[in-house]
Amino acid sequence: MSDKASLMQQPAPLTDVGLQREIAALFVQALNLEVLPQDIDPEAPLYGEGLGLDSIDILEVALIVSKQYGIQLRADAAENQQTFRSLRHLAEYIAAHRTK
Amino acid sequence: MDTIALLSHGSPKAVIAYRAGAPVTAERFLSDARRLARSLPAGNHVLNVCADRYRFTVGLAACLMSARVSLLPSSHTPEVISQLANFAPDAFCLTDDPRCDIELPKVHYPEGPPQRVAEMPDGESTWDIPQIAVSQIAAIVFTSGSTGTPLPYQKTWGRLAGCVRDGAARLGLLDRRSHVLIGTVPAQHMYGFESTVLLALLSGNAFCAERPFYPADIAAVVTGVPRPRALVTTPVHLRALLASELDLPPLDLIVSATAPLGQDLARAVETAFHAPLLEIYGSTETGQIATRRTAEALVWRLWPDVRLTVMNEQVCAHGGHIEQLTAMQDLIEITGDKEFLLHGRTADMVNIAGKRSSFGYLNAQLNAIPGVTDGVFFLRDSTMGSTGVARLAAAVVAPSLSVAALTDQLRRRIDPVFLPRPLIIVDRLPRNATGKLPHQELQQLAAMNMQTPIAIPTDHPAFAGHFPLFPVLPGAVLIDEALQAIERTRGIDLTQWQLAAVKFLDAVRPGEELRMEHAAPQTGTIRFTIHAANRIVASGSLSSLPRSGAAA
Repeated sequence: MSDKASLMQQPAPLTDVGLQREIAALFVQALNLEVLPQDIDPEAPLYGEGLGLDSIDILEVALIVSKQYGIQLRADAAENQQTFRSLRHLAEYIAAHRTK
Repeated sequence: MDTIALLSHGSPKAVIAYRAGAPVTAERFLSDARRLARSLPAGNHVLNVCADRYRFTVGLAACLMSARVSLLPSSHTPEVISQLANFAPDAFCLTDDPRCDIELPKVHYPEGPPQRVAEMPDGESTWDIPQIAVSQIAAIVFTSGSTGTPLPYQKTWGRLAGCVRDGAARLGLLDRRSHVLIGTVPAQHMYGFESTVLLALLSGNAFCAERPFYPADIAAVVTGVPRPRALVTTPVHLRALLASELDLPPLDLIVSATAPLGQDLARAVETAFHAPLLEIYGSTETGQIATRRTAEALVWRLWPDVRLTVMNEQVCAHGGHIEQLTAMQDLIEITGDKEFLLHGRTADMVNIAGKRSSFGYLNAQLNAIPGVTDGVFFLRDSTMGSTGVARLAAAVVAPSLSVAALTDQLRRRIDPVFLPRPLIIVDRLPRNATGKLPHQELQQLAAMNMQTPIAIPTDHPAFAGHFPLFPVLPGAVLIDEALQAIERTRGIDLTQWQLAAVKFLDAVRPGEELRMEHAAPQTGTIRFTIHAANRIVASGSLSSLPRSGAAA
């Protein structure tokens, strides 16, 4: 079994869920979304048919992330292709790169 | 036959583009365009959706030299694409995205190593700049119209070129230095099309292939190209750049369009980035027609040959590159022969983050959804967030549909920036005696019944502190969160309000989903109930404090 597969079968550590919830709450507040933070599926795409964010929202989120966690998001960084795939991906990215 | 050269670069080695910081010569560009032109299928109408600005521009040049027409719709939703296919049955889509799901015959931008310029077949001189007839239809752009069907506007090469050359002079880009245009706007949007793609071709300057999005991306792309540099952007990106507090490398010019900037913001931008900021005014119908240096003056200066005239109480533009007398969709005050002031949009127009539509179009799309018996879009009175973008709301009568199902249907029909927040399902719309929907009534509808989620982290310290074996949320914490949520969503200052009543009806456990409904049944009162799953955990009301000294 590859490392990746074993990671996916383990439940995420509690702190990660906490961070996901925190980010979800920031989204809902900042973007005035018609959804509860708890209802955001951590695996659903943030763009389009998942959470339904558009590019203006994503820019808004980028500013929140830079203020809250001290990360300047980049679209052209290799790992950033993944960043906005889902709430879980974003939370993982933030956990790995946060400076505050 | 009158012609205008496809590009005005003075020599084969002149730089026309930068890709990831590497210069591309005009000669290389022409060679790429000729090769692509030879490989295009038979259709005469092309929807060029290449995201890379270099590929888009090669595609455009290939179309121009083979007398094909580029189609520029205002969005790419399935509904718009099907309307486009009806409009031009021979249309095909040129794309550089392997996952492109646009429902038209697709041509993928040819990848692979570029041919060496010396290997060009059929003895064409590689530095033989194509001359394009001024009467050739170069592009058809679409506005959303007011009835649910997009309206086409044909743009000839001569008129487009005339417009863009006047713009180049106004922006100071014709001083024989090689300026680099860095665009945060897509090449397919009328503004990006004119001010990055055509501007570089027709003023002998260069554009960046990238479309940087995040503030840090913009800084990186700017750093990667030589000066003089012009940032071609929008108020949304300028606000984001200011809010990011990033240091940008030196810019020599900032250009903004799509929505007017306030003078304060314009001055803040000039101060932060040490470069003049010029705003461009235009419309899909007329193309660009005026500029202003907003930090210095609010008055717009028209292109040299464009004039404004009042006809039937409407301000119309004519002259210069404008094909015909065209009514402007903004409230314009003519202040001089070549000057005007802008006072907002006419009632039917919508501009969200630079995307234009009309309430007529959006309402037609909403009411065309099976199951919708009545529905209306409206603009909320408040804007939000660091980007300062206002959003639409909608009230819909649709007894058999859920908010999610309606949103799904709308997403197929309209650009996502116009998706309503909130979408309110009602029994009937608050139409007055004449069938109209007063703005105030709609605002109240949005304000009266609001739902706000309350997020309490599972590991909130308050859970542990109360009853160690039965963690519940203390009422004070719940109410504090609720009040903050009300303050945020209603945009009120709670120091001017007091908690008039509150009841705690049930305990809140860690991880429970909380939702608050709050309504303002009359001025000075807000009632709220907090729900968890299918039970009410708290309810209460707020009343506003009498204003001290207000009566004096």
